[in-house]
Amino acid sequence: MGVDIRVENLNAWYGQVHTLKDVSLHISANQATALIGPSGCGKSTFVRCLNRMHETNPIARAEGSVRMGEIDIYRDATPVEIRRRVGMVFQRPNPFPSMSIYDNVASGLKLNGYRKRRVLDEVVERSLKQAALWDEVKDDLKKKSGASISGGQQQRLCIARALAVDPEVLLMDEPASALDPVSTAKIEDLIFELKCQYTIVIVTHNMQQAARVAERTGFFLMGKLVEFDATDKLFTNPTDKRTEDYITGRFG
Amino acid sequence: MRIKFQQKLDELKERLLVMAGLVEQAIQRATEAYSTRDLDLCELVSLSEPAINRMEREIDQLALDLLAMEQPMAVDLRFILAVIRINADLERVGDQAVNIANRVKELGTMSRDIPVDIPKLAQLATAMIRKALQSFIEADTQMALSVLLLDDQVDELNGEAFRTLGALIQKQPERTAEALNALVISRNLERVGDHATNIAEDVIFWVSGADVRHHATEEAPPAEETVR
Repeated sequence: MGVDIRVENLNAWYGQVHTLKDVSLHISANQATALIGPSGCGKSTFVRCLNRMHETNPIARAEGSVRMGEIDIYRDATPVEIRRRVGMVFQRPNPFPSMSIYDNVASGLKLNGYRKRRVLDEVVERSLKQAALWDEVKDDLKKKSGASISGGQQQRLCIARALAVDPEVLLMDEPASALDPVSTAKIEDLIFELKCQYTIVIVTHNMQQAARVAERTGFFLMGKLVEFDATDKLFTNPTDKRTEDYITGRFG
Repeated sequence: MRIKFQQKLDELKERLLVMAGLVEQAIQRATEAYSTRDLDLCELVSLSEPAINRMEREIDQLALDLLAMEQPMAVDLRFILAVIRINADLERVGDQAVNIANRVKELGTMSRDIPVDIPKLAQLATAMIRKALQSFIEADTQMALSVLLLDDQVDELNGEAFRTLGALIQKQPERTAEALNALVISRNLERVGDHATNIAEDVIFWVSGADVRHHATEEAPPAEETVR
């Protein structure tokens, strides 16, 4: 099941550049939360702080509190433990090209020490079904490599890989921006299916996509969270003029 | 800045104002025709109907294109929705002008001594339309709110007309046709007031995002509780 995420006064830096400024918000469990904003506004940095990926860059650092359920992810857990609980899907599908479809999905489990064939088979099947990919690849699980399927299938494979380790949170950084409309619709349907089991945070440049999939949406601008509200409210009647200017295209 | 989109929004507004001009002229001519029994004016009102209907279709098409092609958000989305609704209201006001003109033709040379103040009702209803359209032009929610307050007066005058004309029919059955025509005119003017109210509500929705239709701000039970 998903878990609430409470972020308080989160600040992030790349070297001297202050990229996230005092961001506080409450992401509800079992909902999709969308983050929108212009390039460089800090939304991707924000999601990378939610699984402590931000700090993998040697010049990057973050301060503040991120509570995932009862755990403060910066104080009570290691980055590896957090990434076990938080799956991530990126803009470009990144399956392991030399691995089969099966091994791509099982890779996280194997890393965590699971070796029993029956367990792996079950998890691979369940994850691929959850990612709505099972029917398309079940006959080629070990024959085809992760890189040999279509872009849309690769992205669903990456989602299956993230789900295989049974995370509570799924972060998606522009998961459909490199996909055609049919594949995009499949990913969006998937988000709809998955949010009853996971907490989903999706970064997107596509405002219609945010409107379609997310219950709540946050608008970032120059490192600050300008507005965070119910998606329908934010897109029909935003409170902040800057939000309105951005979503109506009057920005800049 | 989406310049082309902004130009299209301006074009939509301009077209709606042209439509509004035609409708306002039609309702004014129809009410003037009642006072003067000028059948030529009645004819002009009838002739304006095809143009109003054509404009309604054009404005709807433009609005539909903008929704499909530009995927508007926030104030732009509310504006386009308001235009679509106002467009439909204006077309109905155009129909009401034609209805009034037809009834004036029926009245023809009948007595002008109708004991209800139709000109006052006409003046109020046309003032409501004018004010509602002015609030649209100026994006003025205060002005739009003032339109809503006038609707009660129009309803009251219409109610009074019903009572008076009902009594007239009972007392002087030979004047039934005359009274019924006046009654229909009164009813149509009351509907014009309702459409002006709708337009004003749409202006408030466009500018502020607030839905004030059917006293929406007052507490109301959810629909499922009222459907029994």
